[in-house]
Amino acid sequence: MTATFAERDARAERGLQRAVITGLGTVAPNGFDAGEYWDAVLHGRGGIDRITRFDPARYPVRLAGEVPEYDVREHVPGRLVPQTDQATRLALIAMGGAVGDSALDLAGMPGDQVGVVTGMAVGGLEYSQRELEKLWRLGGDHVSAYLSFSWFYAVNTGQISIRHGVYGPGGVLTGQTSGLDAIGHARRYVAEGLPVVMCGAVDSAMCPLGFVIELAAGRMSTVADRTRAYLPFDSAASGYLLGEGGAMFTVEEAGHARDRGARPYGEIAGYATTFDPRPGSGREPGLRRAIEAALADAGVTPSEVDVVFADAAGVAELDRAEAAAITRVFGPRAVPVTAPKTMTGRLYAGGPALDVATASLSMRHGVIPPTINVTDPVRSDRLDLVLGEPRETTVSTALVLSRGEGANSAMVLTAV
Amino acid sequence: MSRRVVITGIGVRAPGGGNAKEFWELISSGTSAIRAITQFDASGFRSRIAGECDFDPVAEGLSEREIRRLDRGAQLAVAATREAVADADLDVQKIDPQRTGTSVGSAIGGTMSVAEEYGILSDGGREWLLDHEYAVPHMYNYLIPTSMAADVAWEVGAEGPVALVSTGCTAGIESVSHAARLIREGSADVMLAGGSDAPISPICVASFDAVKATTPRNDEPATASRPFDRTRNGFVLAEGSAMLVLEESEHARERGARVYAEIGGWDVRANAYHMTGLRPEGVELAKAIEVALRMAGRTPEQVDYVNAHGSGTAQNDRHETDAFKRSLGEHAYRTPVSSIKSMIGHSLGSVGSVEIAACALALESGLIPPTANLNEPDPELDLDYVPLEARRADLRTVLKVGSGFGGFQSAMVLTKGEDR
Repeated sequence: MTATFAERDARAERGLQRAVITGLGTVAPNGFDAGEYWDAVLHGRGGIDRITRFDPARYPVRLAGEVPEYDVREHVPGRLVPQTDQATRLALIAMGGAVGDSALDLAGMPGDQVGVVTGMAVGGLEYSQRELEKLWRLGGDHVSAYLSFSWFYAVNTGQISIRHGVYGPGGVLTGQTSGLDAIGHARRYVAEGLPVVMCGAVDSAMCPLGFVIELAAGRMSTVADRTRAYLPFDSAASGYLLGEGGAMFTVEEAGHARDRGARPYGEIAGYATTFDPRPGSGREPGLRRAIEAALADAGVTPSEVDVVFADAAGVAELDRAEAAAITRVFGPRAVPVTAPKTMTGRLYAGGPALDVATASLSMRHGVIPPTINVTDPVRSDRLDLVLGEPRETTVSTALVLSRGEGANSAMVLTAV
Repeated sequence: MSRRVVITGIGVRAPGGGNAKEFWELISSGTSAIRAITQFDASGFRSRIAGECDFDPVAEGLSEREIRRLDRGAQLAVAATREAVADADLDVQKIDPQRTGTSVGSAIGGTMSVAEEYGILSDGGREWLLDHEYAVPHMYNYLIPTSMAADVAWEVGAEGPVALVSTGCTAGIESVSHAARLIREGSADVMLAGGSDAPISPICVASFDAVKATTPRNDEPATASRPFDRTRNGFVLAEGSAMLVLEESEHARERGARVYAEIGGWDVRANAYHMTGLRPEGVELAKAIEVALRMAGRTPEQVDYVNAHGSGTAQNDRHETDAFKRSLGEHAYRTPVSSIKSMIGHSLGSVGSVEIAACALALESGLIPPTANLNEPDPELDLDYVPLEARRADLRTVLKVGSGFGGFQSAMVLTKGEDR
């Protein structure tokens, strides 16, 4: 029975409604599932290569992180194949992985006690491009009956709800940071009394439409060597590369997880989001405030943080701003900083969600995965970058950062 | 004691209403703003009518650069934001930027601009490998919908939480709920909250044609949107934006702000049934209503008016009628229910915010806007749908509901400002 709001408020104030991650599923360019991904990450194995999903020959950038080829019909119910974009298929696969990992018996739970919150930045873009082509070439009456719900940002929440038969509180957030914001929102639902929320983010824009938009924005690296293209915090930083994928989670109220004997990866202990001052104001960007607010929310001091998963834009100016925010909070070289996304490229909203999965695995296994390819860190950044090799150490508290479109989000995970 | 959230400013850009006042005059007089589509040549499409805004960005004071850079949806949102801030008499220089945020609802963001640019990059659909040389840098803002929330944030100098909520056609309710939640939990004191969508374009019209969701009643635009009428046969696509100033109630009181309404409670569910279909019994919508009422500390008997989803499809009409009976019990038969989509159409992820604006204005004026075009009541629908003419009522508690593709079911409870 759902608690009354007064009861929920009282329990939340007493700190009893804590949200823990009990299951995770990932799809990434360097691993189709969480097991493959973690193995790749520990060995510094990247998934960036020449684009195969369309012919990139005419474009100044030809590299990206594509999810390995898979048999759609083996992983997605046949009925869903014609009505889903790659992003939704990957989201369903990742969520299937998370549910399996959590060992939750969703069928045995009242459906209205399980919520779904997803983040998405680009929608079902490849699907859209195909339908736009039909519209222009053949006319409006050739557009698919599935288009109206296959591309919109809400698609993954809707399809996950249907696939898993859960119909509790829902949500959809957008933008790059929504990989963290969706998980932060799931935590709110748990604080309000919901026992389980399925959450996370997956994005894919591996089609010419997504790619030319990024080319026009001018922040992708045009370096042709895949080991020298995306180099965040390096003096040779020249932009980023794109990837596709992300991560999904089962987030549970701590008591619910304990009662069924689940072993959480960690607690979502703190979360905050801020927005930058207007462009041209000359004032400090909002990232430092987001970090400080997330730490305060978690009741954690900077010295307690064992690792920072950086946003790692790979654009010199943005890297400098991030390094400045980190060093202002933690001091110079005071905390290990890593960017496993050097192995996958930037996955839009899927990126920060995947970083939360990586941080969770990091806490469980006591090892910080490396930033690959970076060999000449910008000295004035004064960051303790984890380069080349993974670093074995107890990870009790991890901080994950994400930026996009002026927004800054930060999440603190702590060992339970 | 939890923090309370009030609406202190309203800005609206709706079909037939260039500001909140004109919008209210239109809907309280039962007048339809639906017309034949003028924004593109719609001949050849099944549904060729829409609720279009007579929106002139130059007259709105948008700069040339803003007009070039901003998607139409974002332009509508910025204009509505300016009106809401002025209406709230909010001095954006005096509020704490770090305690101010934005939450904008949109189903499609800047996608229609992406679609338009696609035509150029693909040489009219001939090329799969698009020509990047013709792509403009601000296409990125069209692609990532949060840019719309960012534009609103820059408008007021917000540096707190900035979100674009996109739960499809309930996004306009969800964005306001999200903002209210952030104020209630203490993450912000002031939120610019609302929604905007500008979907009147070939790809969007085609996608709704393909599922026969929109009405083909092209010859009678003014009477085409007929929620709860026996002859209704689909919704009318529309565009628009409403932006609201939400404030923590003490913050509003301290600066002596006028309060339109308090946002007492809210909830959203996914129905786990079908991406476009609704379960006839309305179980999840009823659940959302129950949760929102409980959160607001109201009983079903206290509901004085329901602003319905009322999209104009047979499926929706039955679904929400069932949900009202399930959640309000016998009181459902005594409660006036109306749909303003009968006059302004359905602007997807924006319309929920436009309807919340209507609820706030109804609470303030004691007037229930009618369901226009309801001439032949559906015998299967047995509630009081306020046909054709507005009705005076002492409104203290108003319920707003919405449903959308993806299975989302939303409810919000608004109460008269000085109550509680």
